[in-house]
Amino acid sequence: MKKLSQKIYFGFIMAFLYLPLIYLIAYSFNDGKTSVWKGFTFKWYVALFHDSQIMQSLYNSLLVAFLASLFATILGTLAAIGIYNFKGGYRTVVQTVSNVPIINPEIVTGVSLMLLFTMTGTWLNFEMGFVTVLLAHIGFCTPYVILNVTPRLKRMDSSIYEAALDLGCSPVKAFFKVVLPEIMPGIFSGMLISFTYSLDDFVITYFTRGSKFQTLPIQIYTMTHQRINPKANALSALLFVTILLVLILINIRGDKDAEKSRA
Amino acid sequence: MKTKKTAYPYLLWMLLFTIVPICMVVYYAFTDANGNFTFDTFVSAADYSQVFLYSLWVALISTFICLVLAYPLSFMISRCDERKQSMIIMFIMVPMWMNFLLRIYAWVQILQNYGPLDTLLNFIGIDVTLIGNSGATILGMVYEFLPFMILPIHTVMSKIDNSLIEAAQDLGASKFYVFKNVVFPLSVPGIISGITMVFVPTASTFLVAQYLGGTQFMIGDVIERVFQSDHHTGSAIALVLMVVILGFLVFMNKFGDEEAVGV
Repeated sequence: MKKLSQKIYFGFIMAFLYLPLIYLIAYSFNDGKTSVWKGFTFKWYVALFHDSQIMQSLYNSLLVAFLASLFATILGTLAAIGIYNFKGGYRTVVQTVSNVPIINPEIVTGVSLMLLFTMTGTWLNFEMGFVTVLLAHIGFCTPYVILNVTPRLKRMDSSIYEAALDLGCSPVKAFFKVVLPEIMPGIFSGMLISFTYSLDDFVITYFTRGSKFQTLPIQIYTMTHQRINPKANALSALLFVTILLVLILINIRGDKDAEKSRA
Repeated sequence: MKTKKTAYPYLLWMLLFTIVPICMVVYYAFTDANGNFTFDTFVSAADYSQVFLYSLWVALISTFICLVLAYPLSFMISRCDERKQSMIIMFIMVPMWMNFLLRIYAWVQILQNYGPLDTLLNFIGIDVTLIGNSGATILGMVYEFLPFMILPIHTVMSKIDNSLIEAAQDLGASKFYVFKNVVFPLSVPGIISGITMVFVPTASTFLVAQYLGGTQFMIGDVIERVFQSDHHTGSAIALVLMVVILGFLVFMNKFGDEEAVGV
């Protein structure tokens, strides 16, 4: 980016991406509810932390994201290993079906699961809530785990595993000692993606949550739908700072790893 | 390691939470409230064909704007040194990690009547309503999905060897000729996946139009509204949406394969 015109264009896109967020954050400190600046305040932050509903939905979101990413990681890793051993056309079919939740519009996945849960709910006498949200989240997270683990399996030299067996390892022990360390980076990134997607999901949660169960994105919807709520601005500011810190940390760690491998 | 059995739990999972729900959408779409076979659901779904076409139109325009904005930017980024590239890409991704409702809510605050932009425009004598029209919806979509266009195009562009461009220049190719015959053909796969990644979620998105578009809803909003009272018509609309999106993906895939020959 040497020319001035290029710098201006780059600056324009960055301003477009960031100015709305900066505006949002700036107005979390405004002592008024409109776009008129009425002085500096922290009161929306105080109100945010005293809002037990928001705190409860944050807790629910973290719990669902933790459990969903955990189950999706186990289910997906096992599935990736099994699918890896499938043959030809059969494997293609399984992989295609597995990718359906990624390809399908979220809203279609959402309503289809709602139909399933309302129908089985009337048969088995349960209502949608925490469990149905968790099942739905495991469903859309698992394909991402499979997509992250499969390339690692393909890259792995299967003769190492066979060598371990020849040297008297049991298949289970050989799996934990040889295979798992090899595919661990894929498992880890699959889990991380699952966690963030689950934490951020609105559409599928909206259709599977029933009437009472709240997650943070659902709470954001209730706060911001058809009105201005400075507490949502305060929440945005906190989320933005958290995201920025996490990404910078990951980047620094990545740089250090790169230097290590260069040395 | 040679076992297929580990995939069996996930096969059962896919049957229960992917295949059965989609079959239920199909079943509901073709039956009435008494469970009798009917096409009437599609007749009532046809009431929303205007909204459907409007959604596709909004998606088309938004995708086009994203492409125009992202293409030169991606090229500029791809010519920076590697360290700077990963830094810039990180900053392009940060807003993506914010919940989409908060990002749309930011634009609600900026565009609202008596908001900052409205006040500014009134001050210089322009009196327009910025929110509650399709322009605002498209702006929201572009803001929401621009990174999804930048990232895939940047990925393919960063793989274009600088010496290839220099070789063409040494052989006397003009700037335009280099672009037309070297850079553009090599970037087609990125453009294809960028278009897919923006068009699909834009066409099927839910809530953005409710926040920014006033009464001009999109098909996702309609599906949600209709589902509140009538699962059968709702399923019919969802089914049509799913088929259209899948058709679009198949088309893009074919197109991508043909274009990518020799790349």
